[in-house]
Amino acid sequence: MLKRLLVVLGVVVVCAFAFGIYAWRPAIAPIQPAPASSFSAEQIARGAQLASAGYCETCHTAKGGEPYAGGYAMDTQFGTIYSTNITPDVDTGIGSWSEPAFRRAMHEGVARDGSHLFPAFPYDHFSKLSDDDVAALYAYFMTRKPVHAEAPRNTIPFPLNIRLLQAGWKLLFFHPGRYQPQAERSAQWNRGAYLAEGVSHCGACHTPRNALGAERHDQAYAGAAIDHWIAPPLNGSNPSPVAWDTDALVAYLSTGVTRYHGTVAGPMAAVTRGLSKLPADDVRAIATYFADLDGAATRSGDTPAILAKALQLSAIGSGPTADPAARLYATACASCHYNSGEQVQPLRPELSLTSAVHLDDPTNLIQVILFGIDAPDGAPGVVMPAFGRGFSDADVAQIAAYLRATRTDQAAWPDLEKKVAQVRATAQQQD
Amino acid sequence: MTNFTINGRAVTSEADGETPLLWVIRDDVGLTGTKFGCGIGMCGACTVHVGGRATRSCITPLAAVSGADITTIEGLDPHADHPVQRAWRELQVPQCGYCQSGQIMQTVALLKDFPNPTDADIDAVMTGSLCRCMTYVRIREAIKKAAAAMAAADHGAQA
Repeated sequence: MLKRLLVVLGVVVVCAFAFGIYAWRPAIAPIQPAPASSFSAEQIARGAQLASAGYCETCHTAKGGEPYAGGYAMDTQFGTIYSTNITPDVDTGIGSWSEPAFRRAMHEGVARDGSHLFPAFPYDHFSKLSDDDVAALYAYFMTRKPVHAEAPRNTIPFPLNIRLLQAGWKLLFFHPGRYQPQAERSAQWNRGAYLAEGVSHCGACHTPRNALGAERHDQAYAGAAIDHWIAPPLNGSNPSPVAWDTDALVAYLSTGVTRYHGTVAGPMAAVTRGLSKLPADDVRAIATYFADLDGAATRSGDTPAILAKALQLSAIGSGPTADPAARLYATACASCHYNSGEQVQPLRPELSLTSAVHLDDPTNLIQVILFGIDAPDGAPGVVMPAFGRGFSDADVAQIAAYLRATRTDQAAWPDLEKKVAQVRATAQQQD
Repeated sequence: MTNFTINGRAVTSEADGETPLLWVIRDDVGLTGTKFGCGIGMCGACTVHVGGRATRSCITPLAAVSGADITTIEGLDPHADHPVQRAWRELQVPQCGYCQSGQIMQTVALLKDFPNPTDADIDAVMTGSLCRCMTYVRIREAIKKAAAAMAAADHGAQA
């Protein structure tokens, strides 16, 4: 018995030792921050574009804080993780990180001191970035203003907070390596895939995650809940009646406005702002990639019939009626959302065509009705008011149910009023 | 702190970002042509233009208009002589007048999207603008008169 116990113990010790060897990463020696003059203006400019297309500032800036100084809270199912300071401050930022240390963080998710980073930092995507692009990002960040700012402590509970254990997560779910072009695809498609899979990390929001928080590659771009919004599917299961083709995606990703898909809202607004700094060819490449993924080419033949139907649906509820739900819709929504004539107008987002009304989950529609869309988001300079100020949860639920019933063929959303209360509460909590 | 322009004038407001835009326009900027009606975005009296689009200012938080261009009834035309305002005067549309600045702002936005609106278009877009004096018949007539006048002016400009 004792012998058997000793054998088991021995195996455990050997395994732990082997895991330790596997998991251990050396520290990379700190450096004096490289002088700004050691980077070319062209490299810095390229890094600025990439940083924008990777929305680094969105996650590495606290609300009202200095750009890139960290402290932005990310609520995960495991606890709250605060983003780090990536300004070149030596004490609290990454000023003492050499380029190899920065590259290792991007490609392998390991900090300069050798500790493993949490995958809240999407190194599983950044691993695909070329060395040149990583160098450009390094040049950009090393030439930002250093800000002395310590990030608040994460609230990840023991034992998940043990950094060494992150190596186990990597062993299971992380496939390091640069982007490999697919020879049978066009250069434009590959460029789009490189940007979308790499720096822009689209899958981080649009791909569902497993219980341990890893993206499920068997369900790539199938849509997922993120930050109290739904990131809709970007593959063939996207529920928008009109297929997202390349031109629609270009318009959406570079201006935030499309004729048949409404405007950007929620966390996606930062994506559009970020991608708008890329050269137009790059945005078109990303659009090409996703138009292929969602099968737009095979669905485009249906568009004229769908639009004709949409213009019919748009008239529902705008005439005299005694239906209280239709009255709410006519008074609150129709003045901006009604369409008629030959064509849907882009600044009159057609509710029979937007994904928010067609998704299985009503969260996005409820978010927009309750809190509206601010001028910097959506169509730039245009606002949707926040109807949650005057409407009860029951009012919002009634409008959502009405739109679902009159604008789609899909099943009614269950427990709508409860859902509205939930969205209202979580959003207020966030503020 | 929120920056925006109103009738072409740059404004910085220190009010809390959650303050309704209508309060800022009336009480801080001092433009009282825009009216408070229901306070829940259901009557249209508070309608202004944000980025050229009709917007209920009573339920629009100040923070939402950061960087936006706002036009109120006072800024529609320097001489209060917009074709819609002219049509309103010619047909003596208002009775008590309280809702009319909202009606006019909504009409200007309507004619931008539907330059030649049908009755159904007018019903759909104007239903959110209530008038307790029931001037709806004259409102509809004035909308059509203004549409005709604007079409003629456009035609004249092109000829």
